[in-house]
Amino acid sequence: MNGAQPAIRLTGLTKSFGSVNAVDGVDLDIAPGEFFSMLGPSGSGKTTVLRLIAGFEQPSSGTISLLGQDVTNRAPFDRDVNTVFQDYALFPHMSVLDNVAYGLRVRGVAKRARQEQARAALDTVRLSGFADRKPSQLSGGQRQRVALARATVVQPKVLLLDEPLGALDLKLREQMQVELKELQRNLGITFIFVTHDQQEALTLSDRIAVFNEGRIEQLGTPSEIYERPASSFVAAFVGTSNIFDSSISQALLGRGGVHSVRPEKISVTTENLPLVADRTAAGVLAEVIYVGSSTQLIVDLDAGTRVVALEQNDAHRVATNERGARITIGWNDSDIVTLADSSLTSHP
Amino acid sequence: MTVDAPAPPTRRAMVSPRGGTIARRGSVYLSRHPRVRLSLLLGAPLFWLGLVYIAALAALLITALWTVDSFTGQISQTWTLDNIVAVLTGSLYQAVTLRTVGVALLVTIIDIGIALPIAFYMAKVASPRAQRMLVIAILMPLWASYLVKAYAWRSVLSQGGIFEWLVSPFGGQSPGYGLPATIITLSYLWLPYVILPIYAGLERVPDSLLEASADLGGGTWSTLRLVVLPMIWPAIIAGSIFSFSLSLGDYITVNIVGGANQMLGNLVYTNVGAANNLPLAAAIALIPILIIFAYLAAVRRTGALNNL
Repeated sequence: MNGAQPAIRLTGLTKSFGSVNAVDGVDLDIAPGEFFSMLGPSGSGKTTVLRLIAGFEQPSSGTISLLGQDVTNRAPFDRDVNTVFQDYALFPHMSVLDNVAYGLRVRGVAKRARQEQARAALDTVRLSGFADRKPSQLSGGQRQRVALARATVVQPKVLLLDEPLGALDLKLREQMQVELKELQRNLGITFIFVTHDQQEALTLSDRIAVFNEGRIEQLGTPSEIYERPASSFVAAFVGTSNIFDSSISQALLGRGGVHSVRPEKISVTTENLPLVADRTAAGVLAEVIYVGSSTQLIVDLDAGTRVVALEQNDAHRVATNERGARITIGWNDSDIVTLADSSLTSHP
Repeated sequence: MTVDAPAPPTRRAMVSPRGGTIARRGSVYLSRHPRVRLSLLLGAPLFWLGLVYIAALAALLITALWTVDSFTGQISQTWTLDNIVAVLTGSLYQAVTLRTVGVALLVTIIDIGIALPIAFYMAKVASPRAQRMLVIAILMPLWASYLVKAYAWRSVLSQGGIFEWLVSPFGGQSPGYGLPATIITLSYLWLPYVILPIYAGLERVPDSLLEASADLGGGTWSTLRLVVLPMIWPAIIAGSIFSFSLSLGDYITVNIVGGANQMLGNLVYTNVGAANNLPLAAAIALIPILIIFAYLAAVRRTGALNNL
């Protein structure tokens, strides 16, 4: 990491609950100022890693370093990291201002000073008018912002966010994504963001770690994760993928191994029109799903597999909407990704 | 592109209201007349409350204003404030009242002190299995007779009893029978009533709040003082109402382990029984009622009753 100390370094981090390894030997460096996402389905260990970094759980083995300092055995209140909880965990008996000032209060900051800082923090999340309310009098999005202000007012080195947008509706979530990104840029602190929403991870992150069964399946930038998935798990979990197993690959691509191609990389035309593509295949249009800006075409190929293609609904769209029609699909070799695992059967 | 299949019309017809049975018509009537529904629901309990509770209290107050003919022993229904004045000014009654309130307060403080760590362990530390076992263990003494438990403490605190055997190696000795024994025994008797509400209150404090406090830099003491105690304050008050009012009315425990000491309950008991002076007994019985009212009023000011 450019010679500088990583904000967080995990080495051989393992956490077992009984006989189950929730986290199974995770090694990870997160750079200072990075917006880092841990993405995975529920039960993949991403939240446990976050709780280990926060100190709510003790690892079974492995170490956690914060800016070069080993904090593995430190109590949560002794670590320079703060958490935004999934349920916000605001103190219901305190006003919004007291909630935000809490971290300063337990650090012994005088009342006037801490209230001033808390008001400034509320300003940054645009909640200055709500200082005297109780958390129960706020909407979900407002509570979310109070939780953010409360966690950032104590100026942690690293901010941990545990699915913070999970409880919000779609519009609010998109708005909060923008605000989070801005906040992170303004504060310049490391964000570690846990989510199961691949879209959110792709939109927000500098880098993403995709978790599966307690391990990191792939680590990379959003475009690396999306364009070059390393395994069929990543290809299927992040976005939609057409995954070809070995025999289908042989038929369509002329080589063995497991391959994937994104639906939007497939071009479609009616059978009698030419198609500019490295490779083409013929099939029958099985289903047409209109999704606004684009149309999803599900095609049963003559080669014996089903693929999904995504066509922009622009002026150039030529494919038919008629189910049962014979069509031709094509793709370029550079859009085909070879996946590491070979055990997989074809994706639906 | 999807075509809506016409909904099968028969389903709707089946759930539409038919004239139907009397029970059904009754239900329809009740669902349209919420006031009738409410009065049917609350009528019986309110009647019971009014008759048994309010009327009995009123009868007590009225009796306190009568007097007893010292010659015949009959209650004469002449109105007088003599009993009330005697109870308020008599030094015996003042001393016993202070003693009773003191005992009740000490019992309450001791019980809260014991209940807090036990309830915290049950709600926040113990495994679900241990939690269930502890709830049973705490409820278990409630199944035993009050008298049995009081006499058990009499035996424990007796000379050469278990208590003495336990503390004598450290130079201690049994407090013997008296007010300390009364306080110990009452604390034991009412402990479950204090643990259970505090336990229930702690159960309602989400773990994430404790984690949030630690996360923000709060140590154990800060978390307890600033987060846990304010949140379970209503539960503590609820428990204290049990231990305080139950101690205030007790007269059996003090008879069994209290030596010669008397509490307000004993005075009521003696005046109803041996002294045959029901009006004076009624006047004495008003004291704990007034104290409880004062206690509830004080508690109300803390806002604790809003969350009961």
